[in-house]
Amino acid sequence: MNIVISFILVLIFAIVLIPFLRVKWKGIAAYAVIVINVILSGIIAINALSGHCYDFVFSGSFITGLVHVRIDALSAWFILILNFVFITGGFYGLFYMKSYNAQPKYLTLHNIAFILLYSSLVGVCVIQNSIVFLVAWELLALSAFITIIFENEKIATIQAGINYLIQSHISIVFLMIGFMWVAFKTGSYDFNALTQYASANNGNAAIVLFLCFFVSFSIKAGLVPFHTWLPYAHPAAPSHISGIMSGVLIKIGIFGILRMLLLIKPDFTTIGYIILFMSVISGLYGVMLAIIQHNLKKLLAYHSIENIGIIGIGIGIGCIGLGSGNQIIASLGFAGALLHTLNHALFKSVLFYAVGNVYQATHTLNIEHLGGLIKKMPQTAMLFLISAIAICGIPPFNGFISEFLIYTGLYHWLKEASLFSSIVAVVSVLSLVMIGGLAMLCFTKAFGIIFLGNARKTFKHEIKEVSFLQLAPLYLITMLIVSIGIFPKLFLNFLLKPLELFTNINQIKFIPFQGKAFEIMQPITWAMLGFILLIFIVYIVRKAIVSKNISTLQPTWGCAYIAPTPKLQYTASSFVKSYSKIFGMFFLMNSKKDNEVHGIFPIKGHLETHPYDKLEKWIIDNPIRSYRSFMGRFLFLQNGKLQFYLLYGIVFIISVICIPLFYEKICMLIDFFKRL
Amino acid sequence: MLSILLIIIAGFFFTGVIIRTKSIASGRKGPGIFQPIKDVVRLFKKGAVYSETTSIIFQIAPTIYFASVVMAMLVVPFGNSKGIISFNGDFIFFAYVLALGKFFSIISAMDTGSSFEGMGASREALYSMFAEPAFFVLMGSLALLTGHTSFQEIFQDLHLGSYISYALTTLATFVLVMIAMIENSRMPIDDPKTHLELTMIHEVMILDNSGFDLGLILTTGYLKFAIYGALIVNLFIGSFDIQYAIPLFFTIQFLMAVSIGLIESFMARFRMNHNAQFIVVLTSVSLLIFFGVLLMLGKFI
Repeated sequence: MNIVISFILVLIFAIVLIPFLRVKWKGIAAYAVIVINVILSGIIAINALSGHCYDFVFSGSFITGLVHVRIDALSAWFILILNFVFITGGFYGLFYMKSYNAQPKYLTLHNIAFILLYSSLVGVCVIQNSIVFLVAWELLALSAFITIIFENEKIATIQAGINYLIQSHISIVFLMIGFMWVAFKTGSYDFNALTQYASANNGNAAIVLFLCFFVSFSIKAGLVPFHTWLPYAHPAAPSHISGIMSGVLIKIGIFGILRMLLLIKPDFTTIGYIILFMSVISGLYGVMLAIIQHNLKKLLAYHSIENIGIIGIGIGIGCIGLGSGNQIIASLGFAGALLHTLNHALFKSVLFYAVGNVYQATHTLNIEHLGGLIKKMPQTAMLFLISAIAICGIPPFNGFISEFLIYTGLYHWLKEASLFSSIVAVVSVLSLVMIGGLAMLCFTKAFGIIFLGNARKTFKHEIKEVSFLQLAPLYLITMLIVSIGIFPKLFLNFLLKPLELFTNINQIKFIPFQGKAFEIMQPITWAMLGFILLIFIVYIVRKAIVSKNISTLQPTWGCAYIAPTPKLQYTASSFVKSYSKIFGMFFLMNSKKDNEVHGIFPIKGHLETHPYDKLEKWIIDNPIRSYRSFMGRFLFLQNGKLQFYLLYGIVFIISVICIPLFYEKICMLIDFFKRL
Repeated sequence: MLSILLIIIAGFFFTGVIIRTKSIASGRKGPGIFQPIKDVVRLFKKGAVYSETTSIIFQIAPTIYFASVVMAMLVVPFGNSKGIISFNGDFIFFAYVLALGKFFSIISAMDTGSSFEGMGASREALYSMFAEPAFFVLMGSLALLTGHTSFQEIFQDLHLGSYISYALTTLATFVLVMIAMIENSRMPIDDPKTHLELTMIHEVMILDNSGFDLGLILTTGYLKFAIYGALIVNLFIGSFDIQYAIPLFFTIQFLMAVSIGLIESFMARFRMNHNAQFIVVLTSVSLLIFFGVLLMLGKFI
């Protein structure tokens, strides 16, 4: 049987089956289905990545025309990332959802939505027909919505879910405009029509068409200023869903942008600058807001925006490289972007799962209430630490490799660039460095406050490490994080085919990394191995010497103050105080003060601060407020009196009947006025 | 290979020279040049006191901090001879490896649960973030000037010829000296001799370290100075032969140590909340270098 058909059959079978299973088996069945489908799609994807494109044609209906399903190297790369994240995330979810077994009806819906989420993500990667693509896209939005609102008894969760739903439909509107435009001009819904139309109407039309898709996909990806749904949706969802959303759902936006670049082939230089500009803003804005967040998951959500920015910088450089015909810049940029897509999926899912463990143990996500967890949950702490170092782009982990590629691309570009572009390149380098530095500030804060020091709040329940099986997927992902960091060459080999898609755009046969740029990676391997070895040697020497000396335990030196309490510790807010003083002008800090302390004798005081997104206020809140106040003027129409409503009905019916009757007369009248 | 030996040797006397300069400037006789090394050796022999609050992070952090700086040292070249590790873009590796050490020194300070050390950690994280852009822009402009992206090739091709290049090298030296001061938490940013924990940065972060670990941290500080000194030396000795380059290396390192001693003797520490502005100035200076390079390459107009 054909793989694509069996993929769909397994999906339908699972959806029918799951409602009839016992609570305990629902999750396992859903996971089993995902494993089967992962294997099915994985086989094709691995083939495609080694150069054998997979094509399949559904006969479709008279509306859609032929439906092509096509897996090329780019789809394959994203499908493999998807598969890995879903395999690990689903496994983690099995254990994470155990505590919710009391709500069977939600579980059924959740599990079905989970499978649908996976299938629609795969569908978006492979479908080549715009109508079917839109269906898959809508399915994706809806299933993600259902998985987000799992804890729907909380108002905040529902609000976040609906916010997401509305914004994904705005994204769909832009998609539809783009597809309808092309279908109207060419009469075909196939993706090839995009290429035909764009090549026939090169120039501004192609750019506007691309921008139409770009806006739509960047809403999904969370590029600033289309990011506002993201910091709400991530904290609302269960942890494994947040991990998956941040790992792959927003990456599907990146996939869309890359796919449209391949299909539309707009003026690459212009598009490159646009993408680069937006990405730099996203990167900086994301991390700047991440630093001041108190909610752990929100912090990670803003970091997703930042990392999408880094990926976008890679894509931007790649486009500019294509535009100027410099293939080394192009391949470095795209390689950095594609590798960072994988890398971010890896470390961000570990971070979300680790935070999920923390939430399960403490039932809070407020960073200020945590502390000293490394003693209770050493494994979670170590896994979090490794991913935190990786996300800051610090060697010897994977984040460094992709950022290194992007830096190298930028410096290559700098060498070739004219005055204007060299300034753009330097600004990009500056912002990438700033992003790295700010990420370090943010993650030293997160790790330091959550896991180190003393507990800031005592919990009634016992805090303990989660089971080993629940930690197993985290270990698996961490192994990959380390191995990409140490053996980048191995993983870059997988990128050759997807890169060829881009670099062959200009019909110049070019094998990326031929010669110089690829050999870069070999010394890095040696450097990383040497570094790890060095750490071990120093540690062993230290251990040998320290064990000879006497060491004692004492309380922390409090500068002669002998009765410190955990409350005297530095808090997350105070850790970033000097930062938020400097960058305070870029964002709004809504602070609410209750009792101020007056007088000589201290009374009880209270201070509360809430970080708030300034862009969200300008782009979402203010327009909505003015729209509402405008619409409020028509409230007198809806006055609750039955007579008025009957009147509206009659006016409506009369006008419906009369307008056709008097059509000719009205036309004559208009003509008469015109002649005047 | 040569560079490592030279840097280690320079590390031996660098901090001693600073301290000696400061004591002479203030009219004291002062300790011998090798006193800092003797201190470290004594610390290595001593037992340690650990805080009850700390965890494994506190134990491994000094090791990783030290290892990261040694790793950065391996990348630095010496004139014509490469560092042990050398590849295109190795200066990115250099900066990021140092960042790993910083990451660990920050979280190890937070591991103690002390409010003072948290304060130091917060400041260190912020200031090091501001210092890095200057380094990257500086290296970027040098890469643009020479057309290479590895330390050794950049320095080898850096010929001093025109007046602009003299100006650029002067500015680059200034930027590197200042980055060295910030990275090592020295005077304009931080005062290692201050006696109030509230105004310290680096010193307050290592309040709870003792024994071998403290020795490692101090050694790392000495090496860091020597590494940045070596980078500055490399700006000048590009194509010199070894018999001239080595004496020049030690002369420049010595001069740098003396000038740091003099700066520390005659300058007051900046107010803590003005530090950020000061460090941004560094980035601007490095941008000035960048525009100078554009001017040299004729990219204006």
